[in-house]
Amino acid sequence: MMQIEDIQNEIIDEFSMFEDWEERYQYMIDLGKDLPLIDAQYKTENNLIKGCQSKVWVHADLVDNKIIFTADSDAIITKGIIAILIRAFSNQEPQDIIAANTEFIDKIGLKDHLSPTRANGLVSMVKQLKMYAIAYQTQLK
Amino acid sequence: MFNVEKIRQDFPILQRQVNGKPLVYLDNAATSQTPQQVIDVIVDYYSNFNANIHRGVHTLSQEATDKYEAARQTIQKHFNAKHAHEIIMTAGTTHGINLVANGFSSLLKKEDEIIVSALEHHSNIVPWQMLCEKTGATLKVIPMNTAGELIMNDYDRLLTKNTKLVFVNHISNALGTINPIEAIIKKAHQVGAAVLIDGAQACPHIKADMQALNVDFYVASAHKMCGPTGIGFLYGKEAWLHKLPPYQGGGEMIADVTFEKTTYADLPHKFEAGTPNICGGIAFGAAVDYMNNIGFAAIEKYEHELLEYATAELQKIQSLKIYGTAKNKTSVISFNLEGIHPYDIGTLLDKMGIAVRTGHHCAQPIMNFYDIPGTVRASFAFYNTKAEVDALITAVKKAQMMLS
Repeated sequence: MMQIEDIQNEIIDEFSMFEDWEERYQYMIDLGKDLPLIDAQYKTENNLIKGCQSKVWVHADLVDNKIIFTADSDAIITKGIIAILIRAFSNQEPQDIIAANTEFIDKIGLKDHLSPTRANGLVSMVKQLKMYAIAYQTQLK
Repeated sequence: MFNVEKIRQDFPILQRQVNGKPLVYLDNAATSQTPQQVIDVIVDYYSNFNANIHRGVHTLSQEATDKYEAARQTIQKHFNAKHAHEIIMTAGTTHGINLVANGFSSLLKKEDEIIVSALEHHSNIVPWQMLCEKTGATLKVIPMNTAGELIMNDYDRLLTKNTKLVFVNHISNALGTINPIEAIIKKAHQVGAAVLIDGAQACPHIKADMQALNVDFYVASAHKMCGPTGIGFLYGKEAWLHKLPPYQGGGEMIADVTFEKTTYADLPHKFEAGTPNICGGIAFGAAVDYMNNIGFAAIEKYEHELLEYATAELQKIQSLKIYGTAKNKTSVISFNLEGIHPYDIGTLLDKMGIAVRTGHHCAQPIMNFYDIPGTVRASFAFYNTKAEVDALITAVKKAQMMLS
């Protein structure tokens, strides 16, 4: 299994190949389209992340001591961003998710290139993933 | 003679680039840009006149006071208020609304009713909800039709002898609808209700005449009409301003203070507690002068041309839907592309240097009416050009291609 840091480096490598914003955004849009849909029963008010202009739902399951994240959004670029986050954090152990740093988001130019409100949404998304990890970590103890 | 290229030279910010592209600023309904003539007044104030106003005996204080009071008179003349003291300087539209709402909280009884419109901004709904919670009064809403126009027959039915206050915006921020405020005011007065009009969206497009409208209260913000943020005004008929209790306590608003009793100052100072936004007030006056030099008739005519052109061009884009198709509207176009979230469009437009607003525009009831999460809103000012409309069209098409 790949470590979070390795996956993040892989994502950074991929993004470094893009020459302009168009390629970068087209990639995120395509990622958004490919994101497997969240089970409808999890698109609840409880799973809704506050702080985003678009709606974002995140659900987490613990399977064999690893967290599996699923998510959805009504905006496609937002979905692309979650797809990236899920790739980095899903199928990992809670303690690793809690400890992971999130500098790769800056390194792939996401934070800079998104409007402030969306950047806030991004921060809220990362926070939510880590909150799930903390909650499951407590359960495991 | 209206010359848009010459006017654009007055606005330094229009020369800048965003994401490597020339800025196309189409978020004027949120805030307008500031011409050099107004920026110069701000610099001049802090360079030469900065002092606290009223009561100071020294020269600087008197000069600053004169300029601030001259600005009040400029605003009075522009909006044709009968008296300068009917112009209360506020921090902006929201402040003005809250001032009136707070004043009415001591005047309303349980059986009283307040009417607002379905086209209101959140800042025009929340203070009245709070007021109703406090007083037990009832809030009623004038509904709208699918074009985004208020249904006046329903308004007639809502008005009763218990109606104490009617609150409507002059122009809807989300859809650009120009509301028939003359009729709204007249009918409210027939049942003895007072009327407060939110002119925030109207002030950059229409020269509203307080006496001709016979309106009781009117509020607006300077930053919508080429002035700075943090300053606006509340117009109130003299009799009403005497009737309303003060909003905030502090310096400036008193005549006499002992620990037993305070006598309030005369109008307008009764409502202007504390040191005001002096520089902002003076710059507001300069902004009003600037817009009058261009001329509101010329501005209206030009913006209408822009609106017609932009509407026609946008409608050519496949599966684009415009929300708000009132016969009477200003240069605001709210739209969506079928199957695409407005936020995705806004994000990509920004990458192309185009500033629009996306979201619910602080008017969630309107979005709920259309059952949409929000819209993309392009709002045009007199310094925008047809070439900028073309840039918007090209960018929307490109975003649509990337997203579908």
